[in-house]
Amino acid sequence: MKAHRVLAVTLRHLYLYKRSLSRMLEVFYFPLLDILVWGFITVYLQQFQKALPHFLVFLLGALILWDILYRTQQGISISFLEEMWSRNLLNLFASPLTPGEFLAATMIISLVKLTLSATVAVFLAWLLYGFNLFRIGISLVPFVLNLILMGWAVGILTTAVILRYGQKAEVLAWGLAFLFQPLSAVFYPVAVFPRPLAVVALAVPATHVFEGMRAVIQTHRFPVEHLAWAFGLNAVYLAVSLAFFYRIFRVVREKGLLLKIGE
Amino acid sequence: MVKPDVQKNDVVVEVEGLSKTFNGVAAVEGVSFRIHRGEIVGLLGPNGAGKTTIIQMLLGVLTPTAGTVRLFGLDVHRHRESVLGRVNFSSTYVSLPYSLTVTENLRVFARLYRLPHPEARIRELLQRFELEPTAHQLVRGLSSGQLTRLCLAKALLNRPEVLFLDEPTASLDPDMAEKTRRLLRDVRAQEHTAILYTSHNMREMEQMCDRILFLHRGRIIAAGTPREVLSAYGEEDLEALFLRIARGGSRVEAS
Ligand SMILES: Nc1ncnc2c1ncn2[C@@H]1O[C@H](COP(=O)(O)OP(=O)(O)OP(=O)(O)O)[C@@H](O)[C@H]1O
Ligand SMILES: [Mg+2]
Repeated sequence: MKAHRVLAVTLRHLYLYKRSLSRMLEVFYFPLLDILVWGFITVYLQQFQKALPHFLVFLLGALILWDILYRTQQGISISFLEEMWSRNLLNLFASPLTPGEFLAATMIISLVKLTLSATVAVFLAWLLYGFNLFRIGISLVPFVLNLILMGWAVGILTTAVILRYGQKAEVLAWGLAFLFQPLSAVFYPVAVFPRPLAVVALAVPATHVFEGMRAVIQTHRFPVEHLAWAFGLNAVYLAVSLAFFYRIFRVVREKGLLLKIGE
Repeated sequence: MVKPDVQKNDVVVEVEGLSKTFNGVAAVEGVSFRIHRGEIVGLLGPNGAGKTTIIQMLLGVLTPTAGTVRLFGLDVHRHRESVLGRVNFSSTYVSLPYSLTVTENLRVFARLYRLPHPEARIRELLQRFELEPTAHQLVRGLSSGQLTRLCLAKALLNRPEVLFLDEPTASLDPDMAEKTRRLLRDVRAQEHTAILYTSHNMREMEQMCDRILFLHRGRIIAAGTPREVLSAYGEEDLEALFLRIARGGSRVEAS
């Protein structure tokens, strides 16, 4: 892993964002809309404050946190798509750049995107609804970290599938993370699931993040167990998605897809 | 004692029994050749003969079904990182990011190849390829000839010891094509760069290449200096030979 090559690919994407209004908008536009819609729903539901004392924190917090996972995943897979669209993949991989260095660069880009859009979301939630995400406290840090890790795992998986199947699979870059959303118990507790589904849900790292977050808000106790599960599952998810990515990369070299992809 | 000029006679590319099969169909079959430092070798043959496939295997982005590729004595698939920093390529089949300017693109690749003085090198190449007026223009706005020249500039950034060019002059006007050929010959003369070159312009191949490899259906059917190959087949020029081989298929024999 050579830093100068990782930074070269990172720089290429920073140039892109610096210039592209539509790409910048994407970073800010969706968080803005999300916060508006969900924020006002929450304000409305606050009327039933007595029945659901933590509603505002639950929903807005969940929304902002979910966006972290989604942005991170996109940071990886969209960066790959950009190279595919501009027919630049062969230029990159016929240089000394390794697939691992490429992924590392997309991870950095995903952190940049995430920081921008999360800052906007957190600020808006505070401005519009007086909601302070940091109220959740210091436990926010390991939760966010786990969402980033899962975002990377899903992003790498998505990228591998696009690498193999090209344009046909492009839609995954926008959709795959959402497949995990209903299972991740973002807006409701795992307890609402029927038993078999609950078992599946608990195999998703993000589920433990959201369960953990609710536990913090309700009991003010730090949910060590959920956090341990989240880290453990993420280690597995990352290992599997990386192994899958490297395997696909080998297939791509055998089938000569680097030149054909995106056509 | 006189020291032999090892530098100049170094074998930099060594290909042995190279084959590639796609879904049971052979695209390249048992191809072997060598390229020396400072040599310009032309790879020519009809559409689908296997030229692009060979170049991809030399760049390590396509795994051979059989055979070996050694660059500077190292297996390209096992020593990708060290080998690929010393070569470069340009091809009609690739492009560069459209939303970046000409200079930004070159800066990215300058970092990727870790150039010692990137800005000076970039200025020098922009000047050589007459791209200075477009330096801060987006790639999206370039003409196809300008884009081709930018890709060539990218290919020369790291002063490659071996340069792979897949139809580099395909979209250039005659004036630019001629300038580009001159430039590539200069690069070879100054830096002893070895160049493997494909083109469908037979005059260009005659002018440019020290040696040619004639490829037909994945096999090399003739190799040597253009003059040697022509006299073996009793033809006047490569154009005539090309037509004879392309139309007559593998039945054509050297006389
Ligand atoms: N990735 C691939 N998958 C399947 N078949 C391929 C692939 N790449 C090339 N081929 C086949 O291999 C053969 C050689 O193709 P190649 O692109 O190397 O030819 P070429 O000599 O470069 O032709 P041209 O002059 O048209 O560029 C062709 O029959 C082509 O269809
Ligand atoms: Mg070709």
